[in-house]
Amino acid sequence: MTAIASHANARPGLNVGAMLKEAGLTALVALALTFPLVGLRTVDVGSRLTITTRFDEVLISVLLVFVGRIGLILTREGHALPVLVVSLVVAVAAWFAPLPSEILRVITIAGAAVLAIRAVIAVRRDRSTLSQQERDRAMDRLGARVQDAAMWIGPIAVVFAIALPFMPFASRSVVDIGILILTYIMLGWGLNIVVGLAGLLDLGYVAFYAVGAYSYALLAHYFGFSFWLCLPLAGLLAAFSGLVLGFPVLRLRGDYFAIVTLGFGEIIRVVLLNWAVFTGGPNGISGIPRPSFFGIADFDRRPPEGEIAFHQLFGIAFDPMHRIIFLYYLILVLALLVNFFTMRIRKLPLGRAWEALREDDIACTSLGINRTNIKLAAFTIAAMFGGFAGSFFATRQGFISPESFTFIESAIILAIVVLGGMGSQIGVVVAALIVIGLPEAFRELAEYRMLTFGMGMVLIMVWRPRGLLAHRDPTILLHPRRSARQQQADSEAGA
Amino acid sequence: MTAVKTGTTANTGSTGEPMLRIEGVHTFYGSIEALKGVDMQVQAGEIVTLIGANGAGKSTLLMTICGNPRAKFGRVVFEGEDITQVPTFEIVRRGIAQSPEGRRIFGRMTVLENLQMGSITAQPGSFDRELERVYTLFPRLKERQAQRGGTLSGGEQQMLAIGRALMSQPRLLLLDEPSLGLAPLIVKQIFKVIEDINREQGMTVFLVEQNAFHALKLAHRGYVMVNGNITLQGTGRELLANEEVRTAYLEGGH
Repeated sequence: MTAIASHANARPGLNVGAMLKEAGLTALVALALTFPLVGLRTVDVGSRLTITTRFDEVLISVLLVFVGRIGLILTREGHALPVLVVSLVVAVAAWFAPLPSEILRVITIAGAAVLAIRAVIAVRRDRSTLSQQERDRAMDRLGARVQDAAMWIGPIAVVFAIALPFMPFASRSVVDIGILILTYIMLGWGLNIVVGLAGLLDLGYVAFYAVGAYSYALLAHYFGFSFWLCLPLAGLLAAFSGLVLGFPVLRLRGDYFAIVTLGFGEIIRVVLLNWAVFTGGPNGISGIPRPSFFGIADFDRRPPEGEIAFHQLFGIAFDPMHRIIFLYYLILVLALLVNFFTMRIRKLPLGRAWEALREDDIACTSLGINRTNIKLAAFTIAAMFGGFAGSFFATRQGFISPESFTFIESAIILAIVVLGGMGSQIGVVVAALIVIGLPEAFRELAEYRMLTFGMGMVLIMVWRPRGLLAHRDPTILLHPRRSARQQQADSEAGA
Repeated sequence: MTAVKTGTTANTGSTGEPMLRIEGVHTFYGSIEALKGVDMQVQAGEIVTLIGANGAGKSTLLMTICGNPRAKFGRVVFEGEDITQVPTFEIVRRGIAQSPEGRRIFGRMTVLENLQMGSITAQPGSFDRELERVYTLFPRLKERQAQRGGTLSGGEQQMLAIGRALMSQPRLLLLDEPSLGLAPLIVKQIFKVIEDINREQGMTVFLVEQNAFHALKLAHRGYVMVNGNITLQGTGRELLANEEVRTAYLEGGH
């Protein structure tokens, strides 16, 4: 605090009086607000309600507001660098300082972080003489370079994903989070076909996830079908539901299309909820069989008579982790399958037609593209992948209920696609790590994790409005030795 | 698809069945009648132009040929077949390619990808040959082939739109206002290419234009449209000399 004050004094041209007045006024407002809200607290003592005071917290809050305001003013007046340093110091100090409550600590750190970010923005704005457009282009080039690097980042990521269960830090919870993230990566890649490539805003993708999950659960429940039989069946049923929904819906455009898919997602959930005799209603379906090792062996400690367990098959000691690791590899393979499919189909006429459709559907018609069929194909294929993911979800959980398929799931999957940059495969991975991984990693922060999650989303949309990796890869190479991206960058730089 | 290519030389006014015949076509936007009984025809190997003021219904006629919107009354006959009720994408497959108004290229796709989109309905294996042909017509596109469509200049985008339409190996090329928003020098280049396509490849061209002077100079025959009706027709030279055409579309403007 004194650092800021003395620094401010040293700078000529800064009206210290006005600054203190403004900060004092803000502090006064903070005092008026925090005194009743923070300072007084009702506590149950025995059967009586008494009031305790927390004036120390009020004092700290008001002080923080005062200092924060000065920081904002200094940033505004062009002293961003010292503000950045001080706010970072404050953030670190707040981490270790003996503050009266954890909430105060979180608020202090968050406030300092916001201040630091604003200072960074201010510093960069002062330093760079580039126009907004030039800066956007620079970011695009960066995005292109990142995706160029994807040539080796991709394989490295896959190798890492394969090695993950055998890393020393791979506890059960790490592998579980890995499974969760991979499930969302798969869903994101699936939805990317509809939203990212074909440009159709689908707000009800979770419906196909639900169809897949319930297909497996019900087929196993009523007919005793195994997972390996149900996996393709669930995909087929989900694809069929996509086809059935697609026919009437795909004539709609834009917002209307989005609303109908939203409705479809809810219809599926409500049907599952109310058709209690068949689906178990709100109680869901429990006891969904776990997947076996390709139908050869299962993962029980003591298999039933006449069957063999996984650990016996390989002559190793029983470990409950075997099943988890198997599930992990299963979803990894499924997700990579979706990725491989999308990468291939982008280079085929169908995939290219999807992208063209996203850009300009009138032009597409004038080129002889049957819009309805193309859209239907995107919708059905994405639904099928959603169905695969759903049946995986069912077998992993062992229990499903309509609770798992609410609109928020659709929203999260869509957020992954949009944040990643529509149509970008690597972007989906990065976004899934952020959207799913971060809240899981910061579970200790309890309810504040959703707060930081929201802030992260806002920041991404402010800095990268078209998504993290919005750069689009050309699908054909001219001279295989040089990358198409590089050629594009070169020729556009010369344009 | 019949594999017969039309003659390699421009043969104006040939007798027999015209390539495209429009008979008494009425098109409506809701309750508004945009075309009020249009009759016209295009012979194989011709360049035919349709001129007229803003809102006369020129683009509507072009779109009606492609079936979007559909003609409410009347017939559109292409190579002897009634295509009035044929779906738009199927019409393109039968050999009519369109370079739509406002160019409508795919901005985020590269030039090469745009051209590839054009060949989506073409016979398999024709891509390389057609690409070579388009690059010969528009060397600029070859220079820019790895560039995103959206970063091209207006003239280059127009070249791309025409090139993309040509990639589908059409027998009839529909062009909607290729001169729209372009500098006079570029307009000249574009019209030169249209002439080349017709003369060297025997491509039949139906050209909708506001730039009446250039269009009529280029075209073998022309039609003038006023308020959804064809009011005048004749050879390009005749129309250029016509007093009505001169006062309405040529004088003052050029």
